[in-house]
Amino acid sequence: MATIFAVSTLEEYFRQSPYISPGWAFFLAAFIHAFLLINFFAVAPLVFIWLERKVSGRIQDRLGPTRVGGRFGWLQTLADGIKLIQKEDLVPGEADKVLFRLSPLMVCVAAFSALLVLPFADGWAAQILDVGAFLIFALLSLEVVGVILAGYSSGSKWALFGSIREAAQMVSYEIPLAICALIPIVAVGSLNLNEIAQMQSGAVWNWMIFHDPFTFIAFFVFFTVATAGCKRAPFDLAEAESELVGGFHTEYSGLRWSFFFMAEYSSMFVVSGIAVILFLGGWHIGIDFGLLAALRGWAPALPNFVPESFVLGNYIANVIGAAVFIAKGSLLVFVQIWVRWTLPRLRIDQVMTTCLKYLIPISCFLFLGAIFWPLLLGAATGNTHWGRPMGERIPLTTTAQPTQTVPFATDNGQAVNLETSPESRVAATSEGGVR
Amino acid sequence: MKEAMFFIFALTACVGAFAVLISQSVVRMAVWLIVSLGSVSGLFFLLHADFVAATQLLIYVGGTLVVLIFGVMLTASGPYLKINTSPGEGFLAGGVALLLLAMIVSTVYNVDWNRVNDRLASETGGPPVLAGYNEPEVGNTARPLGLSFLGFRFDGASSTGYLLPFEIVSVHLLVVLIAAAYLARAKRRVDRSERQ
Repeated sequence: MATIFAVSTLEEYFRQSPYISPGWAFFLAAFIHAFLLINFFAVAPLVFIWLERKVSGRIQDRLGPTRVGGRFGWLQTLADGIKLIQKEDLVPGEADKVLFRLSPLMVCVAAFSALLVLPFADGWAAQILDVGAFLIFALLSLEVVGVILAGYSSGSKWALFGSIREAAQMVSYEIPLAICALIPIVAVGSLNLNEIAQMQSGAVWNWMIFHDPFTFIAFFVFFTVATAGCKRAPFDLAEAESELVGGFHTEYSGLRWSFFFMAEYSSMFVVSGIAVILFLGGWHIGIDFGLLAALRGWAPALPNFVPESFVLGNYIANVIGAAVFIAKGSLLVFVQIWVRWTLPRLRIDQVMTTCLKYLIPISCFLFLGAIFWPLLLGAATGNTHWGRPMGERIPLTTTAQPTQTVPFATDNGQAVNLETSPESRVAATSEGGVR
Repeated sequence: MKEAMFFIFALTACVGAFAVLISQSVVRMAVWLIVSLGSVSGLFFLLHADFVAATQLLIYVGGTLVVLIFGVMLTASGPYLKINTSPGEGFLAGGVALLLLAMIVSTVYNVDWNRVNDRLASETGGPPVLAGYNEPEVGNTARPLGLSFLGFRFDGASSTGYLLPFEIVSVHLLVVLIAAAYLARAKRRVDRSERQ
C-alpha cells in the first residue's frame, strides 16, 4: 500500500494536502493500512474455512456444504459466524477470569500484527522494514503465549495438557523454521521481504526455490515446519479430539472460540505468504515476457484531482501482483488443508522426534550446504551463481546516511531497476519510518 | 504525534512494570511483564531501532516469557503460585530500587551528552547534533549492525567492529546448548542403569 502513489507512502500523500496536519496524515495513513489489513484478517479465514469444508468433503467422498446459501454453499462460514455470535460467552468457575478472556485476543493480535510486515505486491505493505523477515517470525512466535495462557487459565486438565503440548511443539519447531528461512535470506543478502521478492523477478528459474539444490529441499522442510507451527494436522496434537476433547480451547465457546480459529487460518496464510516470498517468487508470475515491466512505466493522463506522481500502470501491475501473491498463498493453504485430511495424526513423541532428531539436523545440513554452495560452484565453474546474481547487494554507505538500494546488475552488465522507477524504489527501501 | 506515541508506550511500560510488582499471582506477573516488555519494544520502534525492537519481541516476549510461563505452570503449586511479600521485604526491595534509581539519575546527569554527540558527529560525518531534541535517524539498522558484527564498520571508526564479542557470545551460546543437551540426556542414562 505504500507506493500506491509514487509519493512513496500514503502518509506523505496526505501531507501534501493543505487541509491535513502532519499528525492527522500519520493517523489517516495508519488507519487505512490497519483497516485494509483487518478486513483481510477477517475475510481470509472466512474463505479458508469454507475451503476446508469443501476440500474435506471431497476427500471423504462427500459434497461438503451445499444447502446453506447459494451455489457451493458459500454462505456456510457466515452462518457459522452468526451461530457463534449468538452463543453464550461462558467462563468456567475454575478459570482465571481475566486471563481467560484476554488470551484469545492475544492470539488474534499476534496473528494480525504479522500481517503488518507482509508485502502483498511491490511496496504494498503496511511497513517495509529492513528487518521484515526477522520481525514477522518474532510476531508469529507471540501466538504461543496466548495459547499457553488459554490452556492455563481455563482451569481444566484437557486444556492444560493441550497448551503444554502446544508450547513444546511450537517452541521446538521455531528452530528449524528459522534455520530454513535463513537459507534464502543468506542467498539474497537481505532481511527486507520486499527486496527478497523483487530479487526473484523474471523467469521461474530466478525463484529462490531453484537457486540451488539446498533451497529446493529447504522449501519442503520449511513448509512442513510451518504447517506444524500453525498446529495443523498431522501435527495438531494440541487439539487432538480423540485424546484431549478440544485441547487448549476446550473450555471456550462462541466468539472467543472462533478467535482462535481466525488466528489459525490467518497465520496459515501468513506462513504460506512467507514461503511464497522466500521461495516461490513472491508476486512475480514467473514468465519473463516483459509486459508487466512495460506496464509499470505506463502513465496516461489522469483527471486533475489525482496527483501527478501517480503512475496508473504501476498501480495496475501491483494489483495484478497482489492477486498473484494471494493466489499463490491460497494454493499453499490448500495444500495444508489437503495434507490435513489425507495424513493420519502423529503421536506427541513422534512429533517431537520428527522435529528434534530429523528436521533440525536436516535444516542445519541444508544451511551449511547453502553457504558452501557458492564456493563449490565457484570452484567448479568459476561463477558463483546461476542466472541472476545474488549477494552483490551490500551497499557500502555509511551508517550516517540512510541506506540506498544499489541497482541490480544483470549478467550482461546492464543495470536495471527491477520493473520499478528508481525514485519509488529508493523511497520504498530507504524510508524505514512509520507508513 | 511521535510524542503522543512515546507517552502511550512509556505509560504502558511503567504500568506493566508496576503491576508486576503489585500482582501476587505468578502467571499474572508474567502477563504484565509481557505488557511491559512489549511496550519497551514499541519504544525501540519509535526510535527507529527496528532490529533491537524485533529482537526484544523475539527473545523476551516470544522466548524468555514463554519459558517462564511454562516453568511456572509446571512447577507452581501451593505456596509458589501466590507470592505474598512481608513489609520488611517490601522496604528492603524499595531501598535497593531507590539506590539503583539514584545511581542511574546521577549517571545520566553527570555525562556531558553534548560532547559525546559532538564527537560522534565528527567521527561519523553525520549532521551536527543539536543540544536537546534531535530527529531520530531513519531506521534500517539491520545491515550496519550485521556488518559491524562481522568486523566492517562504515562510521569511520577504524576498528575491527564487534567481531570478537560476537564470536565469544556465539561460542558461549554453543557451549550452553551442548551442556543443556548433555544434562537432558544424562538423567535418562542414570535411570536406565538403575533399572538394570
